Amino acid sequence: MLEPVVIGVITFVLASFVGFEVISKVPPTLHTPLMSGSNAISGITIVGALIATGGGADTLATVLAFIAVATATVNVVGGFLVTDRMLGMFRKPRRPAGEEGGER
Amino acid sequence: MNENLRALLYLLAAVAFIVGLKRLSSPRTARAGNIIGALGMLLAVVVTLIGTGVSWWVVAAGIAAGAAVGTAAALRVKMTAMPQMVALFNGFGGLASALVAGAEYLRSDPAALPIETITSMVLSVVIGAVTFTGSVIAFAKLQEILGGAPLTYRGQRPVNLAVAATIIGLGAWAVATSLALPFWVAGAVALGLGVLIVLPIGGADMPVVITLLNSLSGLAAAATGFVISNSALIIAGALVGASGVILTNLMCRAMNRSLGHVLFGAFGGTVAVAAGAAGSARATSADDVAIALAYSSQVMVVPGYGLAVAQAQHALRALTADLERRGVRVVYGIHPVAGRMPGHMNVLLAEVDVPYDQLLDLEQSNAVMDRTDVVLVVGANDVVNPAARDDRTSPIYGMPIIEVDRARSTVVIKRSLASGFAGIDNPLFYKDGTAMLFADAKKALTDLLGAMALV
Repeated sequence: MLEPVVIGVITFVLASFVGFEVISKVPPTLHTPLMSGSNAISGITIVGALIATGGGADTLATVLAFIAVATATVNVVGGFLVTDRMLGMFRKPRRPAGEEGGER
Repeated sequence: MNENLRALLYLLAAVAFIVGLKRLSSPRTARAGNIIGALGMLLAVVVTLIGTGVSWWVVAAGIAAGAAVGTAAALRVKMTAMPQMVALFNGFGGLASALVAGAEYLRSDPAALPIETITSMVLSVVIGAVTFTGSVIAFAKLQEILGGAPLTYRGQRPVNLAVAATIIGLGAWAVATSLALPFWVAGAVALGLGVLIVLPIGGADMPVVITLLNSLSGLAAAATGFVISNSALIIAGALVGASGVILTNLMCRAMNRSLGHVLFGAFGGTVAVAAGAAGSARATSADDVAIALAYSSQVMVVPGYGLAVAQAQHALRALTADLERRGVRVVYGIHPVAGRMPGHMNVLLAEVDVPYDQLLDLEQSNAVMDRTDVVLVVGANDVVNPAARDDRTSPIYGMPIIEVDRARSTVVIKRSLASGFAGIDNPLFYKDGTAMLFADAKKALTDLLGAMALV
């Protein structure tokens, strides 16, 4: 049976390659939403923060876990929302040049 | 919940992140992709809440506070302020990762922890702490709470290296002896290192700093994933780390500088101005430019951050809309460092309803340059400087540029002939095909629109 850390290293290395492949296909036009969106994804640390709130009466640990939950939530909620806001601005090319106006 | 099922659901969440990022390969699918990523995150959170013995009060309070702040910030932020927003969010992510590792450390008996777990905890705390304070300083610089000029002092590089070495030493000590003191001190010194690294870096290099911090926030999350043996954190962290590395490389290449030079070079303000203007610049008027634009078949706008500083995006859009109504094809040539972060200028133009198929990147812009009748340079300078291509002695030699001097004619909107951010003279201004429209960007574009009415 493999040690968990070895499985973790394997996962990390393979995921890095997937990341390089997928992200190198993102066009420069979308690099800002890519950053805010990937930033929201790095908020996955919220999983660790939630787990850290349980499991014991150490007050300092609970305080740290609370701040971790709050900051990770800012990261997740703010990150996905602001990315959505930005991507909503990228509008489709209009077919006949200058015929119909934008709908907003 | 069955632990195997739980692990598979975390994997599903990670797959949602990958699919979401994959959909960012086109503006058409990107918005749905972001939602898929968000659903993946929701799944990960729900899976975590079921049967892991979380403290519901702490969770509810933390999520309520974080969601309120995050929502308010995301809905209110101006698009021009996006770089500092992303910097701050990066910092929060880093802080959360560091705190999780800290809380796990407090809850465990360090002497009983396997060596790889303590190592992961140290890495998570240190990377998270550097990300946090580095991001806060980057935020303060971009928000102009701190001056944008590089703050340098003698011996800065050895000091930073010594601090980094101290952290490595403390970390090794904490791992080797399971002592709590070096563990916490390493975290505290890492907070200081984040400040020391970012403080000396000038405003022009901030795009690189933000991408680097983005990468670090991912790595901190991955390190936390090792602490709690969670594949979703490891995969997501690796994805974000890779994204940050790709963008950091791209920005460095666009500025023709190495990462080491950005972090330790403190650019700006010290470069000698290349003396001796090569000839005289030709000034033009809004009326003349309006005629040239109206009778073009293709016009390229090359915007720089000066456009956003002058808040002239709407005036620009009004002008280009007028041109399009006359049947002129309008495209936008966007250099990777045109804004304050990768892709920033594209977002600013999308905000004023520029369709995304008109936003060309560096290569695409240069490919259509020969077919372009008039290039309108607004608020950009160094990114169109032909010296980067032609003059081996120029400090920016080798930097990829938008080669506007290859178009049939070029109009540069600029307040004066003063040199740009890097303090380098621009031979473009003195070329035969170039005309200068001396004015503030907003006023010039408004004047142009007015003059168009008479053409």
